[in-house]
Amino acid sequence: MQWEVVIGLETHVQLSTNTKIFSAASTDIGADANTHACVVDLALPGTLPVLNHGAVERAMKFGLAIGATVAKRSIFDRKNYFYPDLPKGYQISQFEWPIVVGGQVSFMVTPKKGEPYMKTLNLTRAHLEEDAGKSVHGLEMNRSGIDLNRAGTPLLEIVTEPELRSAEEAVAYARTLHALVVWLGISHGDMQNGNFRCDANVSVRPVGQKEFGTRCEIKNLNSFRFLQDAIEYEVRRQIELIEDGGKVVQATRLYDPDKGETRQMRSKEDSMDYRYFPDPDLLPLEISDEWLDRVKAEMPELPEELRARLEKDFGLPAYDASILTTSKPLADYYLAVAEAVSDKKIAANWVMGEVSAALNQQEGTTIETLPVTPAKLAALIGRVLDGTINNKGAKQVFAAIMEGNGEVDALIDSLGLKQISDTGALEKIIDEVIANNPKNVEEFKAGKEKALNGLVGQVMKASKGKANPGQVNQLLRQKLTA
Amino acid sequence: MAQEIFHASVAQLSDKLARKEVSAVELAQTYLDRIEAHRDLNAYLDVRPEVTLAQAKAADERIAKGEGSRLTGIPIAHKDLFVTKEWSTSAASKMLEGYMSPFNATVVENLNNAGMVCLGKVNCDEFAMGGSNENSAFGKVLNPWNKDCVPGGSSGGSSAAVAASLCPIATGTDTGGSIREPAVFTGITGLKPTYGRPSRWGVIAFASSLDTPGLMARSAEDCAIVMNDMIEFDPKDSTCVELPKEDFTRYLDTDIKGMKIGVPRKWFADGLDPELAASIEDAIKTYEKMGAKIVDVELPTVDLGVPVYYVVACAEASSNLSRYDGVRYGHRAQAYTDIQDMIKRSRSEGLGLEPQRRIMIGTYVLSHGYYDAYYIKAQRVRRLIANELNGIFKDVDAMISPAATGPAYHFGEKSEPVQAYLSDLYTVPVSLAGLPGIGMPCGMHSNGLPLGFQLVGSLFSEAKLLGMAHRYQCETDWHKRVPAGY
Repeated sequence: MQWEVVIGLETHVQLSTNTKIFSAASTDIGADANTHACVVDLALPGTLPVLNHGAVERAMKFGLAIGATVAKRSIFDRKNYFYPDLPKGYQISQFEWPIVVGGQVSFMVTPKKGEPYMKTLNLTRAHLEEDAGKSVHGLEMNRSGIDLNRAGTPLLEIVTEPELRSAEEAVAYARTLHALVVWLGISHGDMQNGNFRCDANVSVRPVGQKEFGTRCEIKNLNSFRFLQDAIEYEVRRQIELIEDGGKVVQATRLYDPDKGETRQMRSKEDSMDYRYFPDPDLLPLEISDEWLDRVKAEMPELPEELRARLEKDFGLPAYDASILTTSKPLADYYLAVAEAVSDKKIAANWVMGEVSAALNQQEGTTIETLPVTPAKLAALIGRVLDGTINNKGAKQVFAAIMEGNGEVDALIDSLGLKQISDTGALEKIIDEVIANNPKNVEEFKAGKEKALNGLVGQVMKASKGKANPGQVNQLLRQKLTA
Repeated sequence: MAQEIFHASVAQLSDKLARKEVSAVELAQTYLDRIEAHRDLNAYLDVRPEVTLAQAKAADERIAKGEGSRLTGIPIAHKDLFVTKEWSTSAASKMLEGYMSPFNATVVENLNNAGMVCLGKVNCDEFAMGGSNENSAFGKVLNPWNKDCVPGGSSGGSSAAVAASLCPIATGTDTGGSIREPAVFTGITGLKPTYGRPSRWGVIAFASSLDTPGLMARSAEDCAIVMNDMIEFDPKDSTCVELPKEDFTRYLDTDIKGMKIGVPRKWFADGLDPELAASIEDAIKTYEKMGAKIVDVELPTVDLGVPVYYVVACAEASSNLSRYDGVRYGHRAQAYTDIQDMIKRSRSEGLGLEPQRRIMIGTYVLSHGYYDAYYIKAQRVRRLIANELNGIFKDVDAMISPAATGPAYHFGEKSEPVQAYLSDLYTVPVSLAGLPGIGMPCGMHSNGLPLGFQLVGSLFSEAKLLGMAHRYQCETDWHKRVPAGY
């Protein structure tokens, strides 16, 4: 049987405010346990929450960025349950009336098999809430402790419609979402510290069936890798289960990255009744048109807008525009290079080619700290475009800058990469090559185009790479067809 | 000197301090001695003479330097629901026995800043749940008018302490009548301000959408004077309303003539003690004599107040009391098997029967499948009641009504919870609408206990309400009566 996979994601994004969502305590991590937990975070008697407007504005920016409705009025609710790292015995969240409703995210999916394609995913909602603290196990005398530094950290929970159809789509969406929240400056996006955590709702159904299958929710996936592996495992598990005559039981599952499998945490039957109700300590959140306009004015150019601009004004193919807008630093880098280079497509090729490869190879190097700065890359491309060096030479210069921080022109000189611009000298080499390769010449004259490549190669070799391949090609053609 | 001090008003004490007839330290010591002498009333839960005297000494220094305000050196007692740095705060619960807060409630802090001297913390019903003070984990408070009777609740320690002159004024909190009812049970004056006017920061939460800090004193004038320093916009409480600084004494000299007072006649029919009904009628006549126009007001939906109140208040309480889990502070069970068991045992041992009952009601009404039928419906009816009550103030300046069904009752008389809840019928609708109200005396029952009524005003009209109460107290002397022996 052919199976269709149905996935919806809930992502918890930690917002980049300096203080917590309902208290003035710092959101800095890495401090000693409970040193960033104030009386509100500890839920001492008599304390009350006060909403951090910085968190609200970050949620507003997200809503604006995805074309969603930013609710004029939203409500904070209490989600009640007992857990030792939940100091108040309830989490302040938004239930029925979230701050962001609807919206869409578009992204490029590059499947293992088949062509890359664009997908536009509908979002259900995004709401503000506070994070819990954490339990620390295995202290001395086998005791457990509670660290409330994280309690009250602002989160934006972003919920998609169940429109994702593969683990690859889910990961492509998650990467795009991650890039977007960082791009907007609303989250640090630090995945290692849990700034970006996904819950995946996964089900399968026979292709053509309208009703959804029974879903399982895999909790707390904090890397793209885990997200992909967990979904793939869960899809296999569900299909095998059904094909063996079993039934998927609605449940919450945890992914164990060491074993590469998901296991059941609790079934629907033991699901808790959170007894949501509006938090009487907080007034409904009212967002005026003026406030929204003020936030709108602070919005950076969005990846989608930039992507369209790169296609329209720079003439880049959709694929290039999509790749170059996957992150703000990458886009900024490209824009800085392209500003100083006449050929925007060649600039894109360099950024997507050499620059990306260099970043992949050099661990710990980010695009911001790359020795090949946008200015240097622009200068280098300029030397290719004005014929001073050829592509191969340019790559050597690039590698040299990566290693030693030299200047483009000085490196061209010291590496002796300047192309032979003297046509007389080049013609001399070409004549020698024609004389020495009669077989190739004959084949070319007989109509075998490919034979010319061999001759170009010979010329390049004889010129020690300093010839301009385009020019060589042109001269060879002239001489052979004359 | 003693009787002269104990029956003096805040204004009179302030003058004595200013004229150096008495020092703040002398005043504090006199009250501390009296508190010690009347410990049988069980009004105070925590008294720390050395801290009180240190505050009094600081007040004297301010007065000496000419830096004192009208309240500098005036003693006050705080209900044990307000957290205090220098006295323990238990909310009269075993759960928080001995708990020391690292900060002061805003109300406490504001009054400290004015130079008031705290005499200690007074008893109340556990987590302010009750109308008789019988629900305190640290024992009932006796009514100084009759020690077999309740002093009202939940601010029963405050009412008994003021009535017995164990302090000239005390803070209280009113969620469904917890200031107004104990005030009329003890013959004193209690002001519940508009919800959102005083800060709730540092007030241990019972029902957040209703909890309102207020004052209990010998007179409306005393309440007005202290309100001036108690009320200030507090950004730490998101439900605190930002209004300009207000002089709550500005209506004290305003003539009643031409004012309109509404009377909800249906509340004077069945279920009201006849002697109480007669004495409130007398009060209405007094206002009429003073030039007020008396009109009937119709309140068709207020009878739903009690069920609505117990749904809403218990729902909020069930969540507010979740933080008492034995993990970070408060009572923790000695023996337990795991974390869930620890939380269960700690709460079962630490919380009294009434909080447990209300947590169960609240949990039930918020549960899946019941939420719409109870909580949502109650909120809708709450809105109707609020609209109805707010509506009458388009036509009248204030409303006079009973605050209780009769005088203070005997201990154990209303031990059946539903019966106790039903006796809140006159006070809870006012709370649900967030309106200000004053409970004050207007007569004596043949059984020797004081009788009183409540005066209710429109939102944020407490200054006018205090003025109207004061004008009545200028015409009558019920508020000057003190129980025999006090």
